[in-house]
Amino acid sequence: MGKIMNQSIFNKKNLLLLGFIVLLIAPLFLTDFRLNLLGKYLAFAILVIGLDLLWGYTGVLSLGHGIFFGIGAYAMGMYLKLEASGTTKLPDFMAWSGVQELPFIWVPFQNPILAIILGIFIPLMIALLLGLLTFRNRINGVYFTILSQALVVVVVTLFVGQQGLTGGTNGLTSFNTIFGFSLASTTTQTVIYLITAAVLAIVYFASKVLINGRLGQVLIGIRDGENRLRFLGYDPAIFKTFIYALSAGIAGLAGMLFVLQVGIISPTMMGIIPSIEMVLWVALGGRGTLIGPVIGAILVNWAKTSFSESYPDIWLYFLGLMFVIVVVFLPDGLMGLFKKFQKRWSGLHDKQPDSARVEKNYS
Amino acid sequence: MKVKQFYLFLLMVAFTTIIVACSGSNGASTPEEGSSGSTEGTSDSDEDVIEVGILHSLSGTMAISETSVHDAELLAINEINENGGVLGKQIKPVIEDGASDWPTFAEKAKKLLQQDKVATIFGGWTSASRKAMLPVVEESNGLLWYPVQYEGMESSPNIFYTGAAPNQQIVPAVDWLLENRGTKFYLLGSDYVFPRTANAAIKAQLEDAGADLVGEEYTPLGHTDYNTVIAKIKSEKPDVIFNTLNGDSNVAFFKQLKDAGITSEDITVLSVSVAEEEVRGIGADAIAGHLTSWNYYQTTETPENSEFVAAYKAAYGEDRVTADPIEAGYFGVYLWAAAVEKAGTTDVDAVKEAAKELEFQAPGGLVKVDGENQHVYKTVRIGEVQGDGQIKELWNSGEPVKPDPFLKGFDWASGLAESLGQ
Repeated sequence: MGKIMNQSIFNKKNLLLLGFIVLLIAPLFLTDFRLNLLGKYLAFAILVIGLDLLWGYTGVLSLGHGIFFGIGAYAMGMYLKLEASGTTKLPDFMAWSGVQELPFIWVPFQNPILAIILGIFIPLMIALLLGLLTFRNRINGVYFTILSQALVVVVVTLFVGQQGLTGGTNGLTSFNTIFGFSLASTTTQTVIYLITAAVLAIVYFASKVLINGRLGQVLIGIRDGENRLRFLGYDPAIFKTFIYALSAGIAGLAGMLFVLQVGIISPTMMGIIPSIEMVLWVALGGRGTLIGPVIGAILVNWAKTSFSESYPDIWLYFLGLMFVIVVVFLPDGLMGLFKKFQKRWSGLHDKQPDSARVEKNYS
Repeated sequence: MKVKQFYLFLLMVAFTTIIVACSGSNGASTPEEGSSGSTEGTSDSDEDVIEVGILHSLSGTMAISETSVHDAELLAINEINENGGVLGKQIKPVIEDGASDWPTFAEKAKKLLQQDKVATIFGGWTSASRKAMLPVVEESNGLLWYPVQYEGMESSPNIFYTGAAPNQQIVPAVDWLLENRGTKFYLLGSDYVFPRTANAAIKAQLEDAGADLVGEEYTPLGHTDYNTVIAKIKSEKPDVIFNTLNGDSNVAFFKQLKDAGITSEDITVLSVSVAEEEVRGIGADAIAGHLTSWNYYQTTETPENSEFVAAYKAAYGEDRVTADPIEAGYFGVYLWAAAVEKAGTTDVDAVKEAAKELEFQAPGGLVKVDGENQHVYKTVRIGEVQGDGQIKELWNSGEPVKPDPFLKGFDWASGLAESLGQ
C-alpha cells in the first residue's frame, strides 16, 4: 500500500495532470485580479519553455529573449490598438507624434489573424536570420550571448526612438476590445486565461515530445560535445538555428498572451533586465527539465508580486536573497531539490523488505 | 553529508519563512501602519478608516525622484489625520512600489482599485507610468491624482493632473526667453515621449514667432557623454538651450558644459525637468545662473509655503529640499480631501463633481481645479538657480493660469491639437 502511495506521489505524469487541473479550475477560487496575475505568470511560463529548449537542452545561452517576447507582444498590441482607435482615427500617440496616416508596417495588423501569425513569425524569422549568420560562422558560447545582448540594445533603442511608429517609451496601452469582446469583462479575461493555460500545456507537451525524440538526443549531444557531433556528420549550426528560431517563436506567442492580460507593452518589458530575469527563472527552476523552468517562472513572479505587496520598501532584497540562496545551495534549481527528495523518499522505502523495485524516474 | 543535510534544512526553513511571511494575498500584513500592502477586504470592516493608494517607484531608476513625492503625500495624509481626518475618518495609506516599470504600475493600480478598493490613488511620475495606469483607472472608474508636469494632450475623466500643463510651464518659458534672452534656440532632450512632444510644440511656437531653431538633439535616458552635443552647440552659438533632459543626464550635461567653458552669460540653459532636488545632484556651482520654469520653488513666498517647508524638513530631515512635483503631490492630497468633504462621500463620481472649480491655498499659491479638463490653475514661475542650490524667482505670471493641455488657445498649435481629433 505504502509502495503504491509512494509511487503515485512521485509519478511525474500524475503530478503534471494534477497541476494542469489546478490551473484549469483556478478561475473558480481566485479573484479576478489574482487570476489575471496567474495568467501573466503562465505567459512567462510559456516563454521559459522555449528558453529551456535553447539553454537547458542545447546549451546556447541567449540573453536577448526579451525582444522576441516584446515583438510578439507588440504585434498583438498593434492589433488591439488599431481596434481601440476605430477604423477612422489613428492611434493617439501617432497623432501627437505628427504621423498623418497609418504607417505601412501597421497595415497588416488590422487583421487579427494576420497579427497573431506575424506575432510568432516575425520573432521566428529574426532568430532564424541571426542564427544562420552566427551559428554558421561558428560564433558560439559567450560570443553568441554577447551578441544576443547587443541585439536587445539595438531593438530597444529603435523602439524608443521611433515614437511615431511604436509609441516610444510609453509603449502601447489603452486597449478596448479583442474580436469585439471587451477586454475589461471578466468573461473575456477568464477565457484568455484558459487559452493561456491550454497553450502552456500544448507547448509543454510538444516540447516534451521533441526532447524525447531523436532530435532531443542531437540537441543534448550539441550541448555536451559539439565537436564530437560534428565529427559524426551532424551540422550543429542547423540544429541550433532551428531551436533558436523555435524558442523565439514561442517567446512571441508568450508575448501575445502577456499583452492580452496585462494590457500594456513597453520597451522596458523587452530590455536587458527582463531578458536576464527570464534566464534566471530557468536557472531557478532547474535547466534542462522543462517542468522546472515553468515552476521557476510561476514561483518567482508570484514571489515578486507578493513580496512587493507586503514590503514595498524592501521587497527587492527578499527577491535577491531568494536568488542567492537558490544559486548557492541549489545549483540544479528547484528540480534538483525535488529529485533529491525523491531519491531519499524512495531510498527510505527501499529498505523495507517488500518493496523490490522502485518506480523508475521519468526524466 | 551531515553538513549538507543541515544546509538543506536551513534552506527549507528560510524559504518557508519568507514565503509565509510575505504572502500578502493571504491577509498577512505587517502591523506597522502605512508601510504594508493592505489585507483583502478590510476596507469594509474598518468603518472609521478611508484607504487611499500611494503608487510611486520606490525602487529602480525613478526612485530617487518619486520617493520625495511619496514622502510629501504621506506628510499631507498625516497632517489631515491629525486635524481629524476626512468625514471624521482617518486616512490610511496603502503603499505600493511601481518599481520604475510601467507594466508594474498597471498591475499595482489594478490591485489597489480592485483588490483593496481604495478611494483614490496618488501616484506616478513619468508619462509612461501614467499612460500605463490610465486604462486601469478608467476601466474600474477609479481616481488618480498625478503630480508631475507633463506634455499635455491628455484629459482622462478619471485623472486629476496637479502638475503643469504645457501652457503653464513650457509655452510661457519660451515666450519669456524670446523676450529676454534671444531668438536662437537649441533643443536638447532625453529620447522619450515628454521631450519629443514638448519640442514639437516648441517648434511650432518658434516658427510662429519667427525665431531660429539651430539644433535639436535627443539622447537616450541615462546618457552621460555630452561632448559631441556641446561641440555642436559651440559651433551653432545659440542664445538659448531649451533643456528637456531627464534624470542623471542633467548631471553630466551641466558639468561638461561648464568644463567646456560655457557659462550662463554666454548661453542660457532653461530646464523644465530640473528642480531643487536635481540641483542637489548636479551641484549648484555647475548649474548656477541657468534658468528653470516651474509653478513652485522652495523660496516661493507664501505663508503656506513656510509652513510646508518647515513641516517637510521636520518630518524627513533638515537637508531635504522641496520642489514643484513634491508640492503638487502634497496639495493633491488636500484637494482630494476637500472634494471628499464637500461631496460627503468617497464615491468617485461625487468626488469628481465636487472637485470642479475647487480652490485651495497651496504652498505655491492659489490653485483651482478646472472643471472641464481636471487640470489645475497654477501660477507660472521662471527662476534662476543660485549658488546655494535654491532657485530665485525672476518672473511670475501674476495670477494662476488656466490649464490648456491641448493648447487649444494657441493658433500655432492648431495642427497639433487638431490631429488628435479634439
